[in-house]
Amino acid sequence: MSVASAIRADDPSALPSRRDEDWRWTDLRGLIRVVPPPSARPERPVPEGGPFKGLGDIELTIANGHLNWWPDPDIPGPVRVHTHDAPEAPFLTAGHPMASRAARNGRDPRISIISFDKDGTALLRFVSDGGGSHDARVGVMVPAGVRAKLLESYEGRGDGYLANYLIEVFLGEGAELERVVVADEAAEGVSVSTAEIHLKHGASFAQTVVASGARRQRIETRVAHPGGGAKLRLDGVYLLEGKRHADLTTVVEHKGADGVTAQLTKGVVRDQSRGVFQGRIVVAQGADRTDARMEHHALILGDRAEVDAKPELEIYADDVACSHGNTIGALDQDALFYARQRGIPEPGARALLTEAFIGEVVDRIWFEGAREVVRQWAGDRLRRT
Amino acid sequence: MLTVSNLHVAVGGAEILKGLSLDVPAGEVHAIMGPNGAGKSTLSYVLTGREGYAVTAGSATLDGEDLLSLAPDERAARGVFLSFQYPLEIPGVPALTFIRTALNALRRARGEAEVSAPEFLKLAREKAKSLKIDFEMLKRPLNVGFSGGEKKRMEILQMAILQPRFLILDETDSGLDIDALKIVADGVNALRSPERAMLVITHYQRLLDYIRPDRVHVLSAGRIVASGGPELALELEREGYDKYARAA
Repeated sequence: MSVASAIRADDPSALPSRRDEDWRWTDLRGLIRVVPPPSARPERPVPEGGPFKGLGDIELTIANGHLNWWPDPDIPGPVRVHTHDAPEAPFLTAGHPMASRAARNGRDPRISIISFDKDGTALLRFVSDGGGSHDARVGVMVPAGVRAKLLESYEGRGDGYLANYLIEVFLGEGAELERVVVADEAAEGVSVSTAEIHLKHGASFAQTVVASGARRQRIETRVAHPGGGAKLRLDGVYLLEGKRHADLTTVVEHKGADGVTAQLTKGVVRDQSRGVFQGRIVVAQGADRTDARMEHHALILGDRAEVDAKPELEIYADDVACSHGNTIGALDQDALFYARQRGIPEPGARALLTEAFIGEVVDRIWFEGAREVVRQWAGDRLRRT
Repeated sequence: MLTVSNLHVAVGGAEILKGLSLDVPAGEVHAIMGPNGAGKSTLSYVLTGREGYAVTAGSATLDGEDLLSLAPDERAARGVFLSFQYPLEIPGVPALTFIRTALNALRRARGEAEVSAPEFLKLAREKAKSLKIDFEMLKRPLNVGFSGGEKKRMEILQMAILQPRFLILDETDSGLDIDALKIVADGVNALRSPERAMLVITHYQRLLDYIRPDRVHVLSAGRIVASGGPELALELEREGYDKYARAA
């Protein structure tokens, strides 16, 4: 049961529903009675760029599930992209982490793969335009020792679309990837993105997702954490207004000893919007000396706005340092008065305090270029009245 | 400058100020002294427009303009400044950013041009130096992790940069050692001028050794029950508030 199979089989009953514990707050089956028809390729190509314009060595843009921009794999550069237009994917050699999946699932016509040969930055854009349904699958390969950046955006322009994405990330030993995601979907769109992260020992994966919601927006990250000095940072921000809904779900499985996970998610909800945070960290037996910290903090700025949070730690190992913190509250009225007493009018004071609130997450982004894009993007949303 | 007439204020249904009248002309420094629970902080909050303070009767005007109908930021734009007894911590906002945002908001409200970043930094550096504040501290989130004395000094720094016309100091001496008290008092005294007035709210006489008031008022049970010159503060120090508590 998945969004992908619902789209491919035109079968709404395959959509996840509130009966699935992990989907109880993002019930798609109750929402979608009829799967929209398959999306056509947009009439005009999507212009190059997106929110991270100018920051990448290459750009891969998938619009309505169709390839829009992709670099020629023969042009030398630190990052190569192989697409399903390539006759026979050279990357699916035996032993390649995705080969067994390809064999199991059959050749997936919608798959594209971003391979970092050297340190570099890739832009990955998912554009939805129109009211159809579409899905796409992207693999990201970061070999041992390579340091890479993935700047990912969801850009919804349509109305009533249903989009589903699967991103599979493989980091070799000692590899590093920072993934920064700006999820800017249309108010009436439904978008589900699932990332599966596979780490080797000594690898470092850092992620920051900033989301403005949609009719339903779910961004799920699942990490297989091997321990062995591998480091993981999973951060998120959701800024919601109107009737928007965003669901940030993470599942981390610590399978070996000596792994680190640091997680900080913050949200601001206004009007009748709804934010969902589900964070689960599982520490398997033997995953000793795991250090896992999870925090989620939300501000509710509207009487009819809602936040649902489910932080979970499941620990089966001894000798671990694990913690979680979760707070949901209103803007500090005393701080607001203090700022106004100094002459800052109420809307400005609210924006200042909420920007500062989420600034703690934004400041953790390593790549300065992306950090400033995110800061600006978030600031623009918070200053809207 | 400030005229308060027969002010009645209730907090959570309980009347705290019960007909307070006060006149602070430009150029003067007035001290309000009184026992705990007399309504000293209520007075400072109602003059600055904090929520939860219901004015049930009376008026407060600044240069003839009704203060009580203005929003807190509008009062600030008219020049009203409160140095808080317990300055707030503002996580995530560097002190410099906060003060510059406030200064530019005040200037916009008055139809003046905003200050540029270099101009502001120069001003902040100069004022910080005179208050013996390490400039690096201004890059940290406002008041977060600051000691009581550092927080009070940050209040005076903001005052020095924002240049208000009517200053209310609410228990500014609390939490200060004698050296910090002198620095703070010097900062306050530097702002004394014929165009400005100050209301110094304090429980103890000590602060008034450094910030010399023109008039001293005793606030007890929501009313001014006695007024006099600086000698009144000394008398209170000697004899305590008992006789005024009975008078009220």
